Amino acid sequence: MRNMKKISKTTKSNLITYGMVIALFLIMQTLVLTGNVSSLLQGLLIPLCAYIILAVSLNLTVGILGELSLGHAGFMCVGAFTSAFFSKCTAEAIPVAGVRYLIALLIGAAMAGLCGILIGIPVLRLKGDYLAIVTLAFGEIIKNVVNILFVGRDANGFHFSTKDSLSLGLEADGEVIINGPQGITGTPKDSTFLIGAILILVTLFIVLNLIHSRSGRAIMAIRDNRIAAESVGINITKYKLMAFSVSAALAGVAGVIYAHNLATLMAQPKNFGYNMSIMILVFVVLGGIGNIRGSVISAIVLTLLPELLRGLSDYRMLIYAVVLIVMMLFNWSPKAIEWREKRSVKLKRRKRKEA
Amino acid sequence: MSFISYLINGISLGSVYAIIALGYTMVYGIAKMLNFAHGDVIMIGAYVVMASVSGAGLPPVAAVLVSIVFCTVLGIVIESVAYRPLLNAASSLAVLITAIGVSYLLQNVALLIFGANTYSFASVVPVSSIVLAGGSLTITGEAIVTIISCVVIMVGLTLFIHKSKAGQAMLAVSEDKGAAQLMGINVNGTIALTFAIGSALAAVAGVLLCSAYPSLTPYTGSMPGIKAFVAAVFGGIGSIPGALIGGVLLGVIEIFGKAYISSQMADAIVFAVLIVILLVKPAGILGKNIQEKV
Amino acid sequence: MKFKKAVSIALMAAMTMTLFAGCGADGGQKSADGTGSANGTESAASGDAFRIGGIGPVTGEAAVYGVAVKNGAELAVKEINEAGGIGGKQIEFNFQDDEHDAEKAVNAYNTLKDWGTQAILGTVTSGPCVAVGQVSNEDNIFLLTPSGTAVDCVKYPNAFRVCFSDPMQGLESAKYIGENNLAEKVAVIYDSSDVYSSGIYEAFAKEAENQNFEIVAAEAFTAESNKDFSVQLQKAKDAEADLVFLPFYYSQASLVLKQAAGMSYSPAFFGCDGMDGILAVKGFDAALADNLIFLSPFTPTSEDEAIQKFVTDYKEAYGETPNQFAADAYDGIYAMKAAMEKAGVTPDMSASDICEALKPAMLEVTIDGVTAKSLTWEESGEPSKEPMVVKIANGDYAVVE
Repeated sequence: MRNMKKISKTTKSNLITYGMVIALFLIMQTLVLTGNVSSLLQGLLIPLCAYIILAVSLNLTVGILGELSLGHAGFMCVGAFTSAFFSKCTAEAIPVAGVRYLIALLIGAAMAGLCGILIGIPVLRLKGDYLAIVTLAFGEIIKNVVNILFVGRDANGFHFSTKDSLSLGLEADGEVIINGPQGITGTPKDSTFLIGAILILVTLFIVLNLIHSRSGRAIMAIRDNRIAAESVGINITKYKLMAFSVSAALAGVAGVIYAHNLATLMAQPKNFGYNMSIMILVFVVLGGIGNIRGSVISAIVLTLLPELLRGLSDYRMLIYAVVLIVMMLFNWSPKAIEWREKRSVKLKRRKRKEA
Repeated sequence: MSFISYLINGISLGSVYAIIALGYTMVYGIAKMLNFAHGDVIMIGAYVVMASVSGAGLPPVAAVLVSIVFCTVLGIVIESVAYRPLLNAASSLAVLITAIGVSYLLQNVALLIFGANTYSFASVVPVSSIVLAGGSLTITGEAIVTIISCVVIMVGLTLFIHKSKAGQAMLAVSEDKGAAQLMGINVNGTIALTFAIGSALAAVAGVLLCSAYPSLTPYTGSMPGIKAFVAAVFGGIGSIPGALIGGVLLGVIEIFGKAYISSQMADAIVFAVLIVILLVKPAGILGKNIQEKV
Repeated sequence: MKFKKAVSIALMAAMTMTLFAGCGADGGQKSADGTGSANGTESAASGDAFRIGGIGPVTGEAAVYGVAVKNGAELAVKEINEAGGIGGKQIEFNFQDDEHDAEKAVNAYNTLKDWGTQAILGTVTSGPCVAVGQVSNEDNIFLLTPSGTAVDCVKYPNAFRVCFSDPMQGLESAKYIGENNLAEKVAVIYDSSDVYSSGIYEAFAKEAENQNFEIVAAEAFTAESNKDFSVQLQKAKDAEADLVFLPFYYSQASLVLKQAAGMSYSPAFFGCDGMDGILAVKGFDAALADNLIFLSPFTPTSEDEAIQKFVTDYKEAYGETPNQFAADAYDGIYAMKAAMEKAGVTPDMSASDICEALKPAMLEVTIDGVTAKSLTWEESGEPSKEPMVVKIANGDYAVVE
């Protein structure tokens, strides 16, 4: 009986999470269709989808696997560039946006997942902050490599270079597709809010199912006590790699959404460097480590916050920093938690009295 | 000749990383937290020196002292307001995120006070350059002073930690907080002292960094901060001689990578070497690899 | 835990409210909302004043360029308003931060759209400019970038620019070095992670093949390692380059000059418009920059009356010597004014109608700006103006005829 109750509790919690996303989507979609949404918010919808997916996928690594990763933006970068490259190459060959996007999505996710496996094999042998720094290193390497990558196409096929676009030796009809630091421009703008919302649901489905599956329990067992998990015969490397590569592939999906939303895709410290990785980590920690719904909410709040503070002009980022610190203290400090619990107990009592 | 020149530049760059890395390593050793705001304390330190030299007209040495005092106080304030409430939080990541918040805060405060414009930091180093081998090899005064101060700080810190009572307390707290408290050590005070020393070192690092590379903006500290964090891990985070080795190694690899492999790939090379080292020695060069007990 | 939830929900609700507030009717009257005007001029009712938006980085690493553009534009707006505005109508100017990030730039653009912007001055940096170019083209809002140099910045018909493009700067630099026999062996140091710098470098390297000098070293650096240039300089020195081409911004260039002096290497240095402002770096030893030559559209020491007035007013308002970013923005606002007067647009027109009217008008206007005399535009969106060659001598800029 007890077990039954527990299962239904998690199912209920999962349903709330899905329901929340669907409800938010429906509300926003209705508002958009009836023209009641500011352009700012409308423009933010697609990036929000990408950030939610990033936060949820990183939570899989940080919260469920229990390893600190500071290179999540690197996987996003891989997904973004491979898919944008594909879409740009096939923009004419595959005129149906939906089909092209689906293939781009699969390519982005697969390539990012593959990178996750390749990086995961050596990295996951490390522990704690060492693992964090190596993921950071990989993220920076990916960004650095993308920045010196030149790919062009002409009648003779593809040309590659790591020097500059001149050394590609393109024919007159050639076109530079990835132009080093200038990245890829003119990616078809295929991402929509509907696709984004569906992908969030798919991400949630994958992650929540993984968590509550046999593999998920194995992964959490490794997190809680590696030695004990090993002693009961759990294959540590396999499960660690599973969580890490799924997380990477989902980050790749977010990269695909991101890349197909803007006309320009460049690997800069701001969007694919450690700054972004840290930003995603902030979403995860503020939302609650291991708490998937919390990740969704905090990704929304923290993405909207700096935009809402635009009215404060010069003080915008300053206020943002202060709010971030205060929220962290309020959410995590043991004293604040104690105070909050006292408060809620008091409130309950008062309510009971009133009743 | 260029090889020697690259080597000297690498060591000099590495010495700056090493001093910054010291701050990271000390704080990590005691509080088990990555203080991401450390790089920004460096930037504040440099601004204070700049303001007291050009604004208040102090002589450089006095300005450096003012900056050290200012950063020390700043470090203690940051620790007590933003970090201490979270030291016993359920996850060690909480304080990491707060540190990131503090880092944003310091950058934006500096942006509001000093503006976005670059300041060319007037070198406070009175030593002149040495020209060797008929002009084909020059060692700048800043390089000499940086390397010497790095060694002096390292020796001083090691002596302080091993010979003084407060230093011993630090060691004890880093080994086992609970046991240290039982032995009558003021844990909070020791942690605050660590932050104070780390921040004072940040001020020194800021002065040296900006003397060698005289360009000061509100974001000056962030990249050297990250690099120094890498250096600290290189050498084995928590280890003071490790920070020196890691810092110097990082500087030399960065310069040699640029010189002999590819200047476009310099960052990738540094990080690739880091990965290889950590795969061979998972706890860094001088880090202790603690065996987990069941 | 209950309390925490209540707080989060309250916070969310408050935030959502702010987002929805003030986005009722589009195009018409906008009430003051959370995304209000940057300089508090939000008062005039619709139809009374032109609303011009600006986009650029005012926080983050590129803030220095965004702030200059903001200041230059605000100065021009103030002058125009004091002189009676555009066709008798005042201008409201609202500058939004993009943190030098394409995604944030689109957010800034949308904020301006909600505010009811009728034309946009921006964005300041190239990458974000391409992204904003696309969305503004879809909405058909007029875009004039003061300093977005990448080719793609003006690829849409609604986009124009005030500055020179990257390829043009690279080409002109190579030509100038070749035609004036400045050097036989040239070394290039460039920022391989930056659009502007690598764009100029590529055009420069291409043109160098037609010129009488040889590129003996091409060394890169990145945004992550832009402090130490000793290796790049050492390589240039070893290759016996007698001129080093520095196609990047002055903040890094000041470091290059200092380090070159430190290693007793003194070739000629040549830069592009990003070099303008190097003497304004506080505490910079101007002697290091002696004989530095660069292409620039703007020299603050020019004796031209308009420039002198601009420099004096700018210094009075912001306490700094303006650089070319400020000058480009200043000219940008005046160009908009000229085009708007030519097209005869009124503030009650929609942004799209104004854009349609401005597109042909931009090709007809000629302005006497601070970055060029008789500045005109081509259909491609490029300005047609001659680059000036500036040489630093005795701690001051001097135009080379």
